[in-house]
Amino acid sequence: MKSSVIVFPGSNCDRDIGVALEKMQFKNQMIWHKETKLPKSDLIVLPGGFSYGDYLRSGAIAGKSLIIDEVVKAANDGCLILGICNGFQILTETGLLKGTLLRNKNLKFINKDIQIKVINNKTKFSNKYKKNQVLKINIAHNEGNYFTDSKHLQDLKENNLIAFKYCDRKGSVNDQSNPNGSLENIAGIYNSNKNILGMMPHPERMVDELISNTDGINLFSSLLN
Amino acid sequence: MKFSVTVTLKKDVLDPQGKVVQNSLLNLGMNLENIRQGKYFELEINEKDQVKAEKKIDDMCKKLLVNLIIEDYKVNKL
Repeated sequence: MKSSVIVFPGSNCDRDIGVALEKMQFKNQMIWHKETKLPKSDLIVLPGGFSYGDYLRSGAIAGKSLIIDEVVKAANDGCLILGICNGFQILTETGLLKGTLLRNKNLKFINKDIQIKVINNKTKFSNKYKKNQVLKINIAHNEGNYFTDSKHLQDLKENNLIAFKYCDRKGSVNDQSNPNGSLENIAGIYNSNKNILGMMPHPERMVDELISNTDGINLFSSLLN
Repeated sequence: MKFSVTVTLKKDVLDPQGKVVQNSLLNLGMNLENIRQGKYFELEINEKDQVKAEKKIDDMCKKLLVNLIIEDYKVNKL
């Protein structure tokens, strides 16, 4: 499976996801944001980081960069797109995913391992997980507070487009297990075709027992399935 | 021609920064009902026709300066 990781000035998780993809046997290429052509890819990843120093709004400038037209085209042709952290913010700024990510409710940058629950395990990104499986995963963001209008929220629920929700160790989804004030504890969502996933937690940081755990591996092996 | 653009969060969107600033003002003994934090831009464009200029500025707001899901904006000629 061929993957492309788009690199923006200020991306800082691009190499991590590159290493994770190669470990999982993806044939990966790094693509600089000024490119105007994308190599043929089965998966495009928008990595975490602080593209353009989060100027204007997180992901706003990257969302208008040259390569993005190609990403949007590929997405509309059904290519799988994964946006992690700043990548999720970029996806909302391009309009590929609806809603937006506001400043964390407590106004703090949060970097810690938290729990999320797999809400939909029937997608290309999640088929190796069990439904309601609880994953321990790292978050590291300042703007992760997902917000959308009530009509879209309804659509997310009715069409099973919520990918992950923040929860506690036992899987309870409530205010105490919501680290950033996200609407209904949402940690990740799909578009209506379910070929685009945006998520704030970092699955690429959870692929090696030596440095963390392997709860992120199944996201990549689902894609290979 | 010069314009200013003021961007503010929509009424229903939580503004945690505004809340913190409000609390700080309260701590200083200054009473206030509410505060909302926003952004301010000054834009200069080479266009003599005001209607055309305003249309261009509006386009810039919608395409980049403003996230219409959560923000409102006002354009003023300077």
